[in-house]
Amino acid sequence: MWLTQPLYERSTRIFLGVLLLAMILVTLLHLAVPADHPLYVSAYTVNLFGKYLSYALLAVAVDLVWGYLGILSLGHGAFFALGGYVMGMYLMRQIGDRGVYGHPELPDFMVFLNWDALPWYWLGSDSFLFTALMVMLVPGVLAFAFGYLAFRSRVTGVYLSIMTQALTFALMLAFYRNEMGFGGSDGMTNFRDILGFDLRTDETRLALFLISGVALAVGYVICRALVNSKLGRVCIASRDAEARTRFLGYRVERVQLSVFVVSAMLAGVAGALYVPQVGIINPSEFAPLFSIEIVLWVALGGRATLYGAVIGALLVNYAKTYFTGVMPDAWLFALGGLFVLVTVFLPKGIAGLLKQRKQAKEKEEEVPA
Amino acid sequence: MKPLLACLLLFLTWLPSLSIAEEDVRAGALLEALDVRSFADKGEAISELAISEDPRTRYWLNALLDGSLQRTHEGRFVVVLNNRGRSWPVEDALTQEDLGEISRRELNRISINNSLRNQIRSLIAVADLYSEDLSLRRASAERLVGEVDEALAEFLAEHIEQETDRRVQQRLSLALAIYQLEQGELDAVAELHGSLNTDARIALSRAAAQEENPLLAQEAQAALSAIEQRLKMNRTAETLYFGLSMGSVLVLAAIGLAITFGVMGVINMAHGELIMLGAYTTWAMQQLLPGQPGLALLLSIPAGFMVSGLVGIAMERGVIQFLKGRPLETLLATFGISLMLQQLVRTVISPQNRTVVTPEWMSGSLVVNDALSLTLNRLYIMAFALLVFMALIYILRRTRLGLEVRAVTQNRAMARSMGIKATRVDMMTFGLGSGVAGLAGVALSQLTNVGPNLGQAYIIDSFMVVVFGGVGNLWGTLVAGMSLGIINQVIEPWAGAVVAKILVLVFIILFIQKRPRGLFPQKGRAAGD
Repeated sequence: MWLTQPLYERSTRIFLGVLLLAMILVTLLHLAVPADHPLYVSAYTVNLFGKYLSYALLAVAVDLVWGYLGILSLGHGAFFALGGYVMGMYLMRQIGDRGVYGHPELPDFMVFLNWDALPWYWLGSDSFLFTALMVMLVPGVLAFAFGYLAFRSRVTGVYLSIMTQALTFALMLAFYRNEMGFGGSDGMTNFRDILGFDLRTDETRLALFLISGVALAVGYVICRALVNSKLGRVCIASRDAEARTRFLGYRVERVQLSVFVVSAMLAGVAGALYVPQVGIINPSEFAPLFSIEIVLWVALGGRATLYGAVIGALLVNYAKTYFTGVMPDAWLFALGGLFVLVTVFLPKGIAGLLKQRKQAKEKEEEVPA
Repeated sequence: MKPLLACLLLFLTWLPSLSIAEEDVRAGALLEALDVRSFADKGEAISELAISEDPRTRYWLNALLDGSLQRTHEGRFVVVLNNRGRSWPVEDALTQEDLGEISRRELNRISINNSLRNQIRSLIAVADLYSEDLSLRRASAERLVGEVDEALAEFLAEHIEQETDRRVQQRLSLALAIYQLEQGELDAVAELHGSLNTDARIALSRAAAQEENPLLAQEAQAALSAIEQRLKMNRTAETLYFGLSMGSVLVLAAIGLAITFGVMGVINMAHGELIMLGAYTTWAMQQLLPGQPGLALLLSIPAGFMVSGLVGIAMERGVIQFLKGRPLETLLATFGISLMLQQLVRTVISPQNRTVVTPEWMSGSLVVNDALSLTLNRLYIMAFALLVFMALIYILRRTRLGLEVRAVTQNRAMARSMGIKATRVDMMTFGLGSGVAGLAGVALSQLTNVGPNLGQAYIIDSFMVVVFGGVGNLWGTLVAGMSLGIINQVIEPWAGAVVAKILVLVFIILFIQKRPRGLFPQKGRAAGD
């Protein structure tokens, strides 16, 4: 089966092995090590790692379209945020009558706005299954509608990037409005539990971390399988020479559209995993800056490698947590400098650096032989 | 009332001939007459006072009007300067000499009622009609609209002829016509036809509603609908004005990008920050030249151009030239630069907004008619945007640099083999585009808050304008900016500002699907690919 094919591949095995090892290690260090031990991993840190893993999944989704399709999406934050909002709606409904106003059905912000019933698009948001479906469907449908229009009329390159940026910007403006029914600028927060488990307990946090890790592994394998498949070959062909691929008889726009939709769905899942772990979703996730930051993760890690995206996401976000804690003023300098340095001096990212070194070694070994 | 006005005329041509003492005695008597019970008598006394030839008449009438003309228990007339607290500072009504503070229990106000108040107001206004000062005359004529009574009407009918200023004349005829309409004169309707004045509209709708004179009602109704028509036109003009104003801001913000992105093909995400630097230059200039905001603003036009232009050149030399032919990487690198520039401003200056002063000659508004007035600062910015646009067109079409820029963008290798230094041209072009962004910042500092986030607000809009207009086409940018501004203003009244913005974005996204190369795509060799 094409989906299991990557499991026989060396790089995928290494990636999955490292990921599994890290997950086991974090779990052990959290559960089995006493709290005052220097190696103890606190629940806060577990939560933080869980957040990073959902970011990593998002980065993989972006790498799929940017690395293999050549489409620089500056709006993937929108798909991420939409997945997050769908999950947020479910979590909001789970609060039930424990909100500030104690309304059995309506979330607090709707009571505050004097609404007397849930808007139609909140229908079904109390069912987890339905939510899980919508987490992928909502970003998928948006990506389909946008991509269908864009790819059909062959909007590519820089134009497409700017359009995706405009898309997420427009969504941000829309979600800032109270009338949208998604909590306006405050967004949704004060979540209580998910599937009956209290979100604030350490066990739930650990479980969410592990689920994020599994989701990343599954997402990675799906993307790898996609890339290795025949469809993936056409992707790379259309990235490198769109016109030639077209002349060979491939419907490039269909390939682009399908991969774009898959990527948006993955981003939605990442958003849905992210929201219960940070406990809030608000329109700032739609900000164009966030979407561009995702691209930086991928650029730093190395385009078109998938594992590079994961490395980049983890590194940048760890640095962000570190910098904003130690010297918040320096973070934007560091981030900005990183953008410049990576694009000028490290066009292939860290993964490219690793490959280069490996190749150099191989050559060295070849010469004496 | 007629002799009253005759005397008023006299009073205004009066020459000082009485001795001070005599004068004060007379004035004392005039004021004395005001302190009577009956309002009818008081009215007489006020008329007396108004036609007295005393130069202090206006002062007394004003004091009487706002209730500060009072009398002490000793019978002295005083004017209260401030009526807070228990004892009030007063001055003598006759000599205007400072009398210190007097307990408010010692004072009795010369009270007036509403009809007297109106009488006084008209008297003051009429007196002002003779003033040498044109602005005073205009204000007075303005005040008389809707306040005309029988006596005044007679006076006005004669006085209009003497008036030299056309605006005063128009106002006075309007005031007269409103009175005549109220008296049921049919001719007055013709005079009010198409007037946008609120009082005129009220008078007309009253006349249209009454039933005693059906002919008049009919005529008034016709005049009213004509006015409605004109009001609608004015509203359209206003929307258009706001749209053009917003459009010119968009054009200013985008025109620099039209050069760096459109002509050179460099995606400069730091364009917004170059705008911000221009705005901060204005602020810095005003700090350097305190008390002279106008001069500082004028000086910051070249200064803003230089600052942003030099930063742009540094960016081009330092980063962008190494990323030639990799547009997506350029986008990311310049975005990084934009983050650093923002943080630089935050660290060096302040994360808070700075206030830039608007010079006097830029504030205020140009009054076109009763329903339409145009704010001056927006007019200036519109003119500035057009000027910058024209200058850029000139540079690109008529100068050596423009020729070289066009040559390099069309065929770099060929241009180089003809002896054009392509790297120098790149540098100059990028500097030019960046400098224009600085100019936009100078203009924007007059409209919005100057803060580290100023640029971010405009970057997406700017790209939209350039893409919508067609990359590489300055005229396209102009048309696109103006039309987006107008579209936005047309949608805004019924959808709200945020929804209008969203709709415009969605519109552009859909438009680009239909015409990926914008409104005015480049044709022929320049189009390239």
